Amino acid sequence: MSSGPGQPKIGVYICHCGINIAAKVDISAVVEFANTLPNVAVVREYKFMCSDPGQELIQQDIKELGINRVVVASCSPLMHEATFRRATAEGGLNPFYFQMANIREHVSWVTADKAAATAKAKALVAGAVRRVNYHEALERQRVPVNPDVLIVGGGIAGIQAALTLADAGKKVYLVEREPTIGGYMAKFDKTFPTLDCAACILTPKMSAVRSHRNITLWSYSEVAGIDGYVGNFTVKVKRKPRYVIEEDCVGCNQCVEACVFKEGKFSDEFNFGMSKRKPVYMPFPQATPSVVLIDPQTCLHLKTGKCKQACAAACERHAIDFTQQEQIVEVNVGAIILATGFKHFDAARMAQYGYGKYPNVYTSVEVERLVNASGPTGGEVLLKDGRKPKSVAIIHCVGSRDEHTNRYCSRVCCMYSLKLAHLIHERTEAEVFDFYIDMRTPGKGYEEFYDKLLKEGVHFIRGRAAEVTDWAMIPDEEGKLVVRAEDTLIGIVRRIPVDMVVLAVGLEPQADAEEVRRLFNISCSKEGWFLERHPKLAPVSTFTDGIFIAGACQGPKDIPDCVAQAGAAAAEALSLVDRGHVELEPNTAFIVNTQCSGCKTCIALCPFSAIGYNAEKGVAEINEALCKGCGTCVAACPSGAAQQHLFTDEQVYEEIEGVLRYV
Amino acid sequence: MSDQPQDTFEPRIVAFFCSWCTYTAADLAGTSRMTYAPNIRVVRIMCSGRLDPQFVLTAFNQGADGVLIGGCHPGDCHYQEGNYKCLRRFHLLRRLLQQMGIAEERLRLEWISASEGDRVQKVTNEMVEQVRRLGPLHLNRPAVEGHHDTTTVPGGAK
Repeated sequence: MSSGPGQPKIGVYICHCGINIAAKVDISAVVEFANTLPNVAVVREYKFMCSDPGQELIQQDIKELGINRVVVASCSPLMHEATFRRATAEGGLNPFYFQMANIREHVSWVTADKAAATAKAKALVAGAVRRVNYHEALERQRVPVNPDVLIVGGGIAGIQAALTLADAGKKVYLVEREPTIGGYMAKFDKTFPTLDCAACILTPKMSAVRSHRNITLWSYSEVAGIDGYVGNFTVKVKRKPRYVIEEDCVGCNQCVEACVFKEGKFSDEFNFGMSKRKPVYMPFPQATPSVVLIDPQTCLHLKTGKCKQACAAACERHAIDFTQQEQIVEVNVGAIILATGFKHFDAARMAQYGYGKYPNVYTSVEVERLVNASGPTGGEVLLKDGRKPKSVAIIHCVGSRDEHTNRYCSRVCCMYSLKLAHLIHERTEAEVFDFYIDMRTPGKGYEEFYDKLLKEGVHFIRGRAAEVTDWAMIPDEEGKLVVRAEDTLIGIVRRIPVDMVVLAVGLEPQADAEEVRRLFNISCSKEGWFLERHPKLAPVSTFTDGIFIAGACQGPKDIPDCVAQAGAAAAEALSLVDRGHVELEPNTAFIVNTQCSGCKTCIALCPFSAIGYNAEKGVAEINEALCKGCGTCVAACPSGAAQQHLFTDEQVYEEIEGVLRYV
Repeated sequence: MSDQPQDTFEPRIVAFFCSWCTYTAADLAGTSRMTYAPNIRVVRIMCSGRLDPQFVLTAFNQGADGVLIGGCHPGDCHYQEGNYKCLRRFHLLRRLLQQMGIAEERLRLEWISASEGDRVQKVTNEMVEQVRRLGPLHLNRPAVEGHHDTTTVPGGAK
């Protein structure tokens, strides 16, 4: 293979990264060492190579010294390889005559001893220098981008992203697995810290989604498969049968009235089981789409075939169709935004708080439904026996900041607890006791909201509640739930008898986040949240190009943050699909015909069916448009005929020798 | 603790990490400032499926005392199944190494996902200690016919 334009003249640039590298690596020793390496023409050091003056050093040397190979020893290539390739190109050289040595993430930040760090940095520089000798000029393949976007998840984040993209003129497919969009926000009555009505903000957005001509809403649907790559994804969407023809149903609810079940009999998912629904039902009055569905698990006709089908008879538009089957639809999109949200912590996992044991221990999400005017009690906060509580305890950090459950802070619980404290007090005039570890109110107007609550007379007790019990020690505790906690501000253990306990449950990744992650080929953090490419530089991107994340699927977040992130994800997707094309990394495999024996070993190995056999020439042929650059065929080729651009055998051998031979 | 002078022996380990999972995990170990043994030299490949067994033999031949391979967890490969192919080659390679008189413990394969920076730290430290106990690998070079003449340096058109 050609080594490029003539004899290599390598410029090596060692970055201090402020003190990030320089404090651990003896830069001048590395410079001195690099000067001794073969074909190195110039070695420079600079405080920040990624800055403009740093990049200009490279460009100047290309122009003035005739440098034709560039090595930068600095941070990870995943961070700044693109930056330095661009700098190399702007200097007039093909950008692929560049190699990076990672002496920050892999050296200075992980090595205790300075001498050892310096030696390791030298070895990595030597590897890069040896390798870059064998770099070649490459061209990026340009492929057209499908302008449509898929959004998975119709909570507030998915809705916001869908509307932003659709308003920009892009076709959006919004897939939601529940029968209605709206997510958790649709269940809330008020939002903190402004106490504005959640429905008043959300429902107009929901109906805008429904009526937007650029949005195709597929509720009660899930992504079943995905294929392709950035700019050109093919997605299979599974549409579950709702036994109602969506286009014909007007949401009049006459079928629900007519159902042979005169009263709701089955647990209503939307109200967390606190009310009953019929087998044919509308999830909630503002459900979007405003279409009923029939639950096959409880519908008499679907279960037994023995029902007079009063619902079907009642429907003037003949929208009920018991023969509906699951359908798979396929769409092509250029970008995908995942906004699949969270699930709330299962309070039963903390047995000491008695959830599921004592009827009047509620989770915060249940209380959100109780305070909601369209909830099971019409907005009244009531005990299970119908009485109004006279005293209520709210326990923070249930499933958060706890080694036994989740170590992280769920970020929203302090604020929603304050909100619920206010609403409960407002609706019932009950005395409210709020047990917290630390009050975390970082947000615009949040601390002020806390101040307001302090003045409203809520009792704040600093201490993690130890247990909730119905075991009375004194007459005042009879018939009550007693919260036992150490009040760490006054240093005593207190027992507070109350009528009702609210557990402020934390946020967790969706139960199937792992499967979704695999489906879309992205990564998760240790806790199971979808992993962003970089927390600051690429917070809504993933490691898979063309797939973005928004909202609480990336980590616990409140509504303002979800909306902001959804806007960011929409902007990233827009910038990708609006460009019209995408440039692929030219790391595809190719066959050196003269070395190919036509053994066909590679053909069976390729997971993308990118390799064919040319019977006329008796050699394998790689379709570069299908090749994704894994290099599996290259590793398997017995004669070295299969090679991979950017990772040729020679380049890798040189790097191996480089990192071992000198230091 | 061994009472051999091996205590002062600093093994050299070449690590082949796939770009999507283990290399990213090593970056995460860095951003999380997880200190670990400085004995490894990471060579980035796009996929563990790119790992040509000859890379490993070359590393040993060039003076590595151990080789670590890092790929995505089974089912997580960015290219669907490159890590399974790596696993097949790994098993074959271990047997081959034994026949060459190289202890199989000098070669290790680990699945480390992008979020497992702590595993990069742990596995590296373990591997370094393990190879330290085995002692230096004295190969009578050239044991394998090297891809390049090890005394010359490439340059110019080839």
